[in-house]
Amino acid sequence: MEPIIKIENLVFAYAKGEGREAVRAVDGVSLAIERGSFTAILGKNGSGKSTLAKNLNGLLLPTEGVIYVNGYDTADDEHIWDVRQSAGMVFQNPDNQLVSAIVEDDVAFGPENLGIEPAEIRRRVDKALQDVNMGAYKNKPPHLLSGGQKQRVAIAGVVAMKPSCIIFDEPTAMLDPKGRSEIMSIIKELHAEGITVILITHFMEEAVEAERVIIMHDGRVFMDGTPQEVFSRQEKVLSVNLDIPLAVELADMLRERGIAVPENIIKTEEMVEYLCQYE
Amino acid sequence: MIRDITLGQYFPGNSWVHRLDPRIKIIATLLFLIELFIVDNFIGFGIAAVCLGVVIAVSGVPVGYILRGLRPILMILIFTFALNIFMVNGRVLWQWKFLHITAEGLELAVFMAIRLILLLMGSSMLTLCTRPLALTDGIERLLSPFKKIGLPAHDIAMMMTIALRFIPTLLEEADKIMKAQQARGADFESGNIIRRAKSLIPILVPLFVSAFRIAQDLALAMEARCYRGGENRTRMNGMKFAKRDYAAIVMMVAFLAVIIAESWLL
Repeated sequence: MEPIIKIENLVFAYAKGEGREAVRAVDGVSLAIERGSFTAILGKNGSGKSTLAKNLNGLLLPTEGVIYVNGYDTADDEHIWDVRQSAGMVFQNPDNQLVSAIVEDDVAFGPENLGIEPAEIRRRVDKALQDVNMGAYKNKPPHLLSGGQKQRVAIAGVVAMKPSCIIFDEPTAMLDPKGRSEIMSIIKELHAEGITVILITHFMEEAVEAERVIIMHDGRVFMDGTPQEVFSRQEKVLSVNLDIPLAVELADMLRERGIAVPENIIKTEEMVEYLCQYE
Repeated sequence: MIRDITLGQYFPGNSWVHRLDPRIKIIATLLFLIELFIVDNFIGFGIAAVCLGVVIAVSGVPVGYILRGLRPILMILIFTFALNIFMVNGRVLWQWKFLHITAEGLELAVFMAIRLILLLMGSSMLTLCTRPLALTDGIERLLSPFKKIGLPAHDIAMMMTIALRFIPTLLEEADKIMKAQQARGADFESGNIIRRAKSLIPILVPLFVSAFRIAQDLALAMEARCYRGGENRTRMNGMKFAKRDYAAIVMMVAFLAVIIAESWLL
């Protein structure tokens, strides 16, 4: 099947400012994202991961190279709205992406922009709020909600547009641990329902939930593989100043002591499971 | 504390008045205000007050709650009352040195005070019984005929919606900045008025900066959600006149007729 997102030799340079050279934030990236997959993109600040994300739905346009989303070229003016409807985006700051003073009106914002029938919008809004467990809050103003709840509303707003792919740009960076785990479980549910998920993050514990991990460094793809493949090469991960997941680190220390921990253990829960059954 | 501020003073409810189409309510309020200026005697005010009383009773908004809304204009009320009562010449009722109260002055003062109170109570009923967003929607619909002459009706409504959404956010931001400056020794409480005004600068500058940052983020998020202005946009809560709206139109016309007839005849 045709990949949902195809990136061909993408270069993105921020315009030259006064006394500032043009910066190549993304420098020659080629990737294909399969339909229904769950990809995590990791990288330090300035690695180009957020710039890459904004290129995926035409918020930024490639300086060089081409991106196809659902078969549409993101640089094609005629299909820009198809691109943005296909690839929804959830941003980092939950406060600054909600438009309306009532939760359900905010969720309706996207579908309203698409010109959908009012009755259908109502159905989608109710369904999307249910999906993120915010049905009980539909008449509340967003400023009375917690960060995690606001972020769930933002996700509902994207889900109501029925995208085939959702790009999460560090959705948990400003949340407390409770909010973070809520958002992660919603992301996993959406993936289970068949939505392609691209999760940009710097939390390793979130990255291990994905099926594929891409590490960006200096605007290029530095590593790309399953979480097991990527995190088993510890030195390489550490060399770009990223951490490795706690479970992987622990497994390594145990192996040094002669306990043969299986290679595929990378999630904390898996580690707990293994240790509890160890004899 | 600062987040508890209620906006637009909406009084949640599900009464007949609450459920009226916002367009009807806006027009009715405007008519009511115009009528208050047509009226030139106390009987007219009596009719208007009775009608307003009925609307308040039906809406279920406590009268005390509405009266509390009058507090900000209390000073203006007293000032105009005093001005009218002392400044009008005519039949003198009471005199003390240069101060005198005339019958005409007293009448005019009471007349103006009643007009001001009715004016304020009438217009606050609109915001008390209409969700802020329904209000902006209503304004958008009412202004849309003027799109032909280049009035950006959708944009105006969108700006009001966003303002309503972000006032609490900006208040929170201001609170945060204020605390940060206080933590570093800023003093907002002492000194004369000029000093205090000056001490607000370190709050206002960062507040403006963050307002622009928020605006930038929001614009990006809106674009990502396919916002492209009012063209081809649908609304979840379409506005359709119900029976009660037609009933309200009939009542409005009747009220208007009575008021005009009354001021014509008397």
